[in-house]
Amino acid sequence: MDGIWHNLGIGFIEVFKLQPVTMWGMTLQHVPFNIIMCLIGVFLGTLIGVLPGIGPVATIAMLLPVTFSLSPIAALIMLAGIYYGAQYGGSTTAILVNIPGESSSVVTCLDGYQMARQGRAGPALATAALGSFFAGCVSTLVVAMFAPPLAEVALKFGPAEYFSLMVLGLVSAVVLAHGSLIKAIAMVILGLLLGLVGTDVNSGVLRFAFGISELADGIGFVTVAMGMFGICEIIANLEQKEQREVFTKSVGRLMPTKEDFRRMIAPVLRGTALGSALGILPGGGALLASFGAYTLEKKISKYSHEFGKGAIEGVAAPESANNAGAQTSFIPLLTLGIPSNAVMALMIGAMMIQGIAPGPQVMTERPQLFWGMIASMWVGNLMLVILNLPLIGIWIKLLTVPYRILYPSILLFMAIGVFSISNQPFDCFLMACFGLLGYVCAKLGCEPAPLILGFILGPLMEENLRRAMLLSRGDPWVFISPSKPISMGFLIAAIALLVIIALPTLRAKREEAFAAEDT
Amino acid sequence: MGMKIKSQQDFWAGLMFIAFGLFFVVFSVGTPEFLDNLLGTRLIHGYQMGSAVRMGPAYFPVMLGGLLAVLGAIVLVDSLVEEGPAIAAFHFRPLIFIAISSLAFAYLLKPLGLVVASVALVFISAYGGHEFKWKEVAIVSAVLVVGSVLVFVKGLLLPFPVCPDFINNCPIR
Repeated sequence: MDGIWHNLGIGFIEVFKLQPVTMWGMTLQHVPFNIIMCLIGVFLGTLIGVLPGIGPVATIAMLLPVTFSLSPIAALIMLAGIYYGAQYGGSTTAILVNIPGESSSVVTCLDGYQMARQGRAGPALATAALGSFFAGCVSTLVVAMFAPPLAEVALKFGPAEYFSLMVLGLVSAVVLAHGSLIKAIAMVILGLLLGLVGTDVNSGVLRFAFGISELADGIGFVTVAMGMFGICEIIANLEQKEQREVFTKSVGRLMPTKEDFRRMIAPVLRGTALGSALGILPGGGALLASFGAYTLEKKISKYSHEFGKGAIEGVAAPESANNAGAQTSFIPLLTLGIPSNAVMALMIGAMMIQGIAPGPQVMTERPQLFWGMIASMWVGNLMLVILNLPLIGIWIKLLTVPYRILYPSILLFMAIGVFSISNQPFDCFLMACFGLLGYVCAKLGCEPAPLILGFILGPLMEENLRRAMLLSRGDPWVFISPSKPISMGFLIAAIALLVIIALPTLRAKREEAFAAEDT
Repeated sequence: MGMKIKSQQDFWAGLMFIAFGLFFVVFSVGTPEFLDNLLGTRLIHGYQMGSAVRMGPAYFPVMLGGLLAVLGAIVLVDSLVEEGPAIAAFHFRPLIFIAISSLAFAYLLKPLGLVVASVALVFISAYGGHEFKWKEVAIVSAVLVVGSVLVFVKGLLLPFPVCPDFINNCPIR
């Protein structure tokens, strides 16, 4: 335990470090630059969280090229802030407009909006923010406690273990995706294949480039993410007529009553615990956490008859859980270098832009970066409570901005971001193509998230497969041989997951669960 | 006897996966020999397969592409057996205008500069929405142009031209 405090100390020193900064040709000495980036991150996160129609994936993808000019720590602090900041902002829209500002606040709509209709929007917002804050603090500690031992284990991994781990990660991502299992697996494989486009590192052969020189370095990850999420989201939003009913005047007093506080304690604790656990799972994260927490709370709460009619538990539990899940989903990223969801895949992209190979060595080789990022989450959560409670009025104003003004702006920022990757029009062309692919996939009931995960893991998987096969002299059993118990364990777990989920009874349960989420 | 498609979504998804799978397989191994003989030329060259010990560039894509095609076939067969949802209607207006606007931006940026490219993007994309109000769009594009020049060109120093190519003394650079 002492070690953690010492390490968190290193992190806080890094976060609060004063450094010289040059901007607009002026150089300022002693600027707390990392804190400023954290503030910008959580501010942007809240902003896009509040705005329906743009999520953290598109935003982070948009800002990736920009982070090139930042230091690694500043870049990662800012991008992380966007993700957990979005969890705070999303609840505001859910409560006031009955539209999830963020996909992870879908379930908050159910009871949060009902509370707003009863004139209790203020307490609902406060509950969401305070629950999120508590969960954020606890889950930061969870990250600090669990990451080091996991990284220690991961350091011993060879190519076979890594390959099997990625298989497990992809399988769990598939299991947790909506809809058909086979289609989700197919999307993962399509992603893996698209990830292979470009120069093959082993042989130097240009694969699937068709003489297009811009494809020599492969398809940019940002391009795919912006197309499949950003462009696709805009088109999908334009399909529907805009209608919003905002409870702006009736927010009233923010402070929950004593009775509210008494009722929210247990759900917040349970939500935090469940969210932290679900966030660590590959394929997990904020979305799964909030949904799981709501279902759990509905089952065991003694106020379960009030659920859907404005129960404060129905706001407290999922909002704590989604923030906890958002933060603990950094654990697999920081320790194994494996993304558990699309946002984490983008974080890997950000690390690679900065020349950092994600993996267990980050903690030992760059302790300032590692612990600085964890410490920044604490600071960021504190900022978020201030941003979201006293300043709630700003965000409510923002909700009255019509979408027809917002989407051209979003599109412009995306286009600028994509263009700046290589300063060539081709990337924007590709972005439009992936937007089209994403749109078609959505119409055919195929989720884009598994494709993105596969895309980022494609080259890594091939590399590790090749190395493992070379080391074993072509023996495919190396992945499940008793001499590699960890690899065997991962693969058995992956197969078990697939078998379990394919069983008819559970399959029905899973469909039922997702159906409940859709309503 | 005509087979009845019970799930439109799955039917087309299956076809899409099969197409993608075969695409990657064919481009990895090249066109089959009989086809080359028939055409008298090697149509697609393909890459080296290698062995399990030393995998060539074609090995992994062929494995995956094959798997994708098989999964696609399963989805396809399933669509003839199990009932599923129909495909929701395509909305071509936003789709086309959003795509064109980002292409216009990309291909106008180098010759005509950030100002013209941004205005083009905003106007074309706004036209893809439900309502198009000239004045409003003009104001939005003006604000966005000023903002993006300040933030991206001045602040983040992205190497974008601001003015068109043919103007020699651009006031902003």
